[in-house]
Amino acid sequence: MKRVLPLLAIVSLSLPLAAQDDLPPAPYAYTQLEDPAQEAEAVALMETLRCLKCQSQSIADSDAPMAGDMRHQVRTRIAAGQEPEKIRQWLIDRYGDYVSYAPRVTSSTWPLFAIPLLLLLVAGAILWRRIGRKSVGGPDQILDEGDD
Amino acid sequence: MRWTLWVPLMLFAFFVGVAGYQLFQPKDEFIPSTMIGQALPEFELPAASETRPGVTTADFKDGKSKLLNIWASWCLPCIAEAPHLESLKEEGVEIIGVAIRDKREDVDEFLATHGNPYSRIGADEISAVQLEIGSSGVPETFVIDGEGNIIHQHIGDVRARDVQRLLEILEDAS
Repeated sequence: MKRVLPLLAIVSLSLPLAAQDDLPPAPYAYTQLEDPAQEAEAVALMETLRCLKCQSQSIADSDAPMAGDMRHQVRTRIAAGQEPEKIRQWLIDRYGDYVSYAPRVTSSTWPLFAIPLLLLLVAGAILWRRIGRKSVGGPDQILDEGDD
Repeated sequence: MRWTLWVPLMLFAFFVGVAGYQLFQPKDEFIPSTMIGQALPEFELPAASETRPGVTTADFKDGKSKLLNIWASWCLPCIAEAPHLESLKEEGVEIIGVAIRDKREDVDEFLATHGNPYSRIGADEISAVQLEIGSSGVPETFVIDGEGNIIHQHIGDVRARDVQRLLEILEDAS
């Protein structure tokens, strides 16, 4: 054990260092595009794409090397005249919906959009019935309802 | 009291229950590629090492199924999987490597230390090929059939127990 402990210490200390490459970032990872309009388009897209390494951040927020490589892809493709939604689709084709923060209506997500509408309709129907009944029944009816 | 009065409270308790349960579930960090079953995208990578040539998509279209190993010299699990890639090679499997964000001298040092089971190694300095095939980390190993189609993705290091399964998938793919 005495001989193992220093080894363990060395390994555990070197882990964070070894887990990162030391290559310079991709050319457009931290360099803005020259055209401000294109850069704005690129940033808007980058803010809605998930970093695959640090999964709760967008690639605009993350300093992970892979997020930098993804920003490089976004910027060079925007500079080449690609539509932002085309680039998003290119990533979704490779990683699925998970890579995009922009909500989409699909066969699995439609209840998220349908249920609030349904609840609104139900609430509306209940309100309409209650108010409708009250205006027909007059003030006495309202007092009765209070005891319910 | 009418039983319907309890419905909102029960619904609320249900949602709290679901949220509480999910809070204690371990996070699934794996993002599977959605490129399985599709053709390998066109790419051309320069050699990552002195010892092996670079990689193009055409190298996968010689009629034999093979492995595409995404790795890096700076990646620790890649050291762990090195002996198992070696045993796959001894079984006659061709392994083409793509080194992610790597330096030539680091790659050479890694290969000299941990063995070199690769027939070719391409240098992917900006993760371009990695992003093209839907890989989100190192190491990952893809089974490619003889026509250059992606058949299977293995996320994480290849372990002893994975060797047999990969051999079977390679067999089925050819």
